[in-house]
Amino acid sequence: MSRRALLFAAAMGCTALSAVPPASAAPDAKRGEAIYARCQACHALAFDRVGPRHCGLLGRHAGSLPDYGYSAALKRSAIVWDDKSLDRFLAAPMKAVPGTSMTYDGIPDRQERADLIAYLRQVDQTPACSASAPSAR
Amino acid sequence: MSFFQMPSPLAARRLFLGRTGLTLSGAAVALLAGNEALATKAGGAGAQDVQILNTALGAELEAIAAYQLGAESKLLQPGVLDLALSFQGHHKEHADLLAKTVAKLGGKAVLAKARYNFPVEQLKSQADVLKFAASLEQGAVSAYLGAVPLFGNRDLAKAAASILGDEAMHWAILRQALGEAPVPVAFMS
Repeated sequence: MSRRALLFAAAMGCTALSAVPPASAAPDAKRGEAIYARCQACHALAFDRVGPRHCGLLGRHAGSLPDYGYSAALKRSAIVWDDKSLDRFLAAPMKAVPGTSMTYDGIPDRQERADLIAYLRQVDQTPACSASAPSAR
Repeated sequence: MSFFQMPSPLAARRLFLGRTGLTLSGAAVALLAGNEALATKAGGAGAQDVQILNTALGAELEAIAAYQLGAESKLLQPGVLDLALSFQGHHKEHADLLAKTVAKLGGKAVLAKARYNFPVEQLKSQADVLKFAASLEQGAVSAYLGAVPLFGNRDLAKAAASILGDEAMHWAILRQALGEAPVPVAFMS
C-alpha cells in the first residue's frame, strides 16, 4: 500500500472512530430514538401493529398484553422485560426465544441496544405513551 | 435500442437481463415470477422460513391498508395520489407473492386484519401522509434487512432482498417528495 493510501486509510479510520460513540458510552435515549426507526416496520409506541406496542414494555411480562396475538414461544418464555432481558433478546431475538414471530436478525452492537433501551425507558414517561390510542380502521 | 428507451419496464428488463447475462436461480425466478410449483420443488425452507415470510406478509398487508388510508384522505394532490397508488400496487404484489409462497411451503398465510390502528388524527396535510408512509417504508427496509440473513433457503433470502430494494426506492422517493435528502445514508441498518 502506498504512503498516500495508508494516510487515507488512517484518516478514514479516525473519522469513523470519531463518529461512533465509545463502547462504554452511557446509554443515550436520543441515539436510541434514531435506532427505534428500525422497529417501526412492525411496532408503534402506543398501539399494536404487526408487533405489540412498546409503551409500558419495561417491567412487563413477555407475551402478556391481553389483546395481542403473541407466539406461543414468547408466551411461555417467562421473561420479564428489563435492561438485561431486553438486551439479550434484541441481540438475536430468534436465538433468545426460538419460535418468536419477531423474525429479525437483531442488533449486534451493544451500545445501540443500550441506547434503544434507554429510549424505551425515557419515552414511557412522555405524552407519546400517555396519549390515547389512535383510531382504528 | 437503449435500455432506457424501451417502451415498457418489462421489455427493458428483458433487454437488461439478456445483455448482461445476469441470471437468477431457479427458485428465485419461480418465486419472483409467481410460479409456485417450481418454488415448491426447490424446497429447503423450514418452519422458520414460513414464519419469516408470514411476518413480512403481515407488514405488507398493513402497508396496503396504510396507503389506502392515504389515498382516501383527500389530502393528496393528483400526482402524489398516483404515486401512492403505484406503491400500494407494489405492496399488493409483494403480499400476493408472500402468501402464495407460504401456502406452497405448507404454511398458513396470515390474513389482513379487519381493522388497523393508524394515527389518523395526526394526518392533516399531504406532508403528514407522506411522512407517515416514509416512516413505514423506512421500517420495512430495516425489517427485510433483518430478515434476509435468517432464511434457511438462500433463494427465499434473495427474493426478500428483491422486495427490500423496492421498499428502499419507495422510501427515497417519499423523502424526495418531502424535500428531504432522498438517500440520507450510505448504509441502512
